[in-house]
Amino acid sequence: MTTLDPREVFLAEANELLDRLETTLLDLGDQPDDTTLIDTAFRALHTIKGSGAMFGFDRVAAFTHDFETAFDLVRRGAIATSVELVNVALSAKDYIRLLIEDPDSDTAVIGDAILAELDRLVSGAPAPPAEPAPTGWQIGISFAPDILHNGTNPLALLDELRDLGACTVVPRLAVLPDIEDLDPESLHIGWDVTLVGSAERAAIEDVFLFVQDVMELTLVPLAGELPVSAPDPVPPAADPVAPAVERDASVRGPAERRAPPRAAATMRVEAERLDELMDRVGELVIAQARLSQMAGLHADAGIKTIAEEIERLSARLRDTAMGIRMVPIGTLFSRFRRLVHDLSRDLGKPVTFVTDGEETELDKTVIERLADPLVHLIRNAIDHGVEAPERRAASGKAATGRIALTAEHAGAQVLVSVRDDGAGLDVARIRAKAEERGLVQPGTPLTDQQVYQFLFAPGFSTAQEISALSGRGVGMDVVKKTIEGLRGSIDITTEPGAGTAIVLRLPLTLAIIEGLLIRVGEARYVLPLAVVEECIELPADRSQGRGRDFLDIRGALVPFLRLRDLFDAAGEPDPHQKVIIVAVGEARIGLVADQILGNHQTVIKSLSKLHADVATFSGATILGDGTAALIIDPAQITAGGHAAGQGDYREVA
Amino acid sequence: MMTDFVEAGRADGTLQVVMLGIGTETFALEAGMVREIIDPIPTTRVAGARPHLAHIVNVRGNVVPLADIRTRFGMPVTAATPDTRFVVIELDIDGDPILVALVADKVFEVTAVALETRQQVPTIGTAWRPEYIRSIVKSGDDFVIIPDMPQLLN
Repeated sequence: MTTLDPREVFLAEANELLDRLETTLLDLGDQPDDTTLIDTAFRALHTIKGSGAMFGFDRVAAFTHDFETAFDLVRRGAIATSVELVNVALSAKDYIRLLIEDPDSDTAVIGDAILAELDRLVSGAPAPPAEPAPTGWQIGISFAPDILHNGTNPLALLDELRDLGACTVVPRLAVLPDIEDLDPESLHIGWDVTLVGSAERAAIEDVFLFVQDVMELTLVPLAGELPVSAPDPVPPAADPVAPAVERDASVRGPAERRAPPRAAATMRVEAERLDELMDRVGELVIAQARLSQMAGLHADAGIKTIAEEIERLSARLRDTAMGIRMVPIGTLFSRFRRLVHDLSRDLGKPVTFVTDGEETELDKTVIERLADPLVHLIRNAIDHGVEAPERRAASGKAATGRIALTAEHAGAQVLVSVRDDGAGLDVARIRAKAEERGLVQPGTPLTDQQVYQFLFAPGFSTAQEISALSGRGVGMDVVKKTIEGLRGSIDITTEPGAGTAIVLRLPLTLAIIEGLLIRVGEARYVLPLAVVEECIELPADRSQGRGRDFLDIRGALVPFLRLRDLFDAAGEPDPHQKVIIVAVGEARIGLVADQILGNHQTVIKSLSKLHADVATFSGATILGDGTAALIIDPAQITAGGHAAGQGDYREVA
Repeated sequence: MMTDFVEAGRADGTLQVVMLGIGTETFALEAGMVREIIDPIPTTRVAGARPHLAHIVNVRGNVVPLADIRTRFGMPVTAATPDTRFVVIELDIDGDPILVALVADKVFEVTAVALETRQQVPTIGTAWRPEYIRSIVKSGDDFVIIPDMPQLLN
């Protein structure tokens, strides 16, 4: 066990709560009448206030308290939710985060402004419906039997009740089992409490705020002492004067069904430990490869069986370990709703934001590093992609733009795309800009795809005006660098007038991949299996020829590259050369090798910084015999090999 | 550059070094940067890499570049002999620690050199680029070169 700093725990928890609060508030903007959402937001606030005070974040607690007070009016239905209210609540949420991250910051003026705005919005509200101040309450409490499993302490709740006024507590013992049948982890008793004092209904309900789903609470003003016999707005579940036994029997059933035991379903683990686990698994996979190689040299059937068994086990262990690191991408997507909300407001471009494929899982490292690129792409989509409402109206489009953020699996890759329904990319303008910046000689023939690549050049921007958000040409080059760092690639498709789609192709994981081991000359190389489409034998008439280096694959023209030439392999080529057809984005290309050795579980080792100039290889791995082998980066090979024109402008750039 | 190197020296003004024979020259590497000295192991050629970093090797599960500084000093590359060793060193390049294996034709000894014998690199009389050399010191009767490894490799 490691001892965790309680403040760290609070910070992690508060982050989650604030994220949930944000999602809820944004949902509330769409469905202002949903009381469940209001309750969820209120509960998140209440928890932040409580734990903030507990861990010494006094300013957080104080601010949240005021925020909560205002929000309480919403919860009681005294005022309706509005767009302004959601916006203010969002800035209040941001302010809480600021207070948590920098408790000593000198920003009280911001907090006051937010509270003043909140006050203004809620002050128009009628005062909460006045409940006659009762002289006391008859309170019936019964919990689901498994309530103790999640750490609830009913006695503490009773103590909180006592704080509200003088209490007489009578336990309900009717269903208490015999001592030999007693399960000490289940709660078998309920309570009837007579509270004398002027406590309000809400104050009593707040005591049970967090357990209200797993309990039955009845609240009846003390009879006979009420000045006015007001109708009770919350119908009690049962007649409070009915015998306690009967009531217990009637509520216990549903309560039990509603609260399935959920203990220990998930646990928090430090990310570092997962990284360490992955490293160990990587070492195991390498050691296993050595064992398999050794076993292959022995005739002993027993050793072979064990080696195969270990190979199977280590492959499963690898899959499990990688599975642990997989996180649904939805956690990332939900962050962008706020971004779109704010941008759409600031730019005056109404936009609907649609997400799909939130359940798609990716390695946590990939997800973390994906956040910044997606921010850039979404900003660009709203700022440059979606047109202003007038222009949209002029071209017969709906005034509200649409941004779709989607994720889906495609083989061993995940495709994450940002689509807008804006005006599309202007090829001529990008080209003109590239020529102006000297990235390409005027008149050079370029395909549209090649022209789009200029968008990724550092400092490249076609925006006529620089806005606060984009147009300064910072960003797309960073996007490209990040995605390439993740061993992914970027596809751009656009249709004039109908919108642009930017598709990021990403590998599932960064640590271990399935590879195809090939031999070129004396050396062995690994190709990521994800990009391999098929392997064929090089036709004899092509094995020596020069100038016609392409193949006819079922009617399609596929150019090929001789890896022997590319890697300067020594010795004579094998008589029967093999062609591995790889697909990178839209392009397909054949790579000619001497021999295909088979599948290889490839533990990726990055190349040294000193080899940063070597682009052909994305990393290295260690083979069964202990030697290092290089991992070919097909994206680099196809980029460098198949477009002669590309080389021209690269030199100029 | 020179100061941290002097600071690495001991209080008595000496510096612990590992003496290596590479080509026709004797080099002294600061002992603090040397991680281990191993027998030659199989190497893998990296197509497209610069000539002095043309191979990689597996050193205890890490893929490490194999540096052959003979090409940097214009010396002929000769075949390995029974005396050839790989000296694994750790360098600081732009703030990151980086492992590199260095081909040495012979490893002589670990010894102390006196820093006051330090000489300026002569601008004439050597075929080497002065930025590759940190200093020249006297060890016994010979002058030995203390190379500037980050400069030399990057």
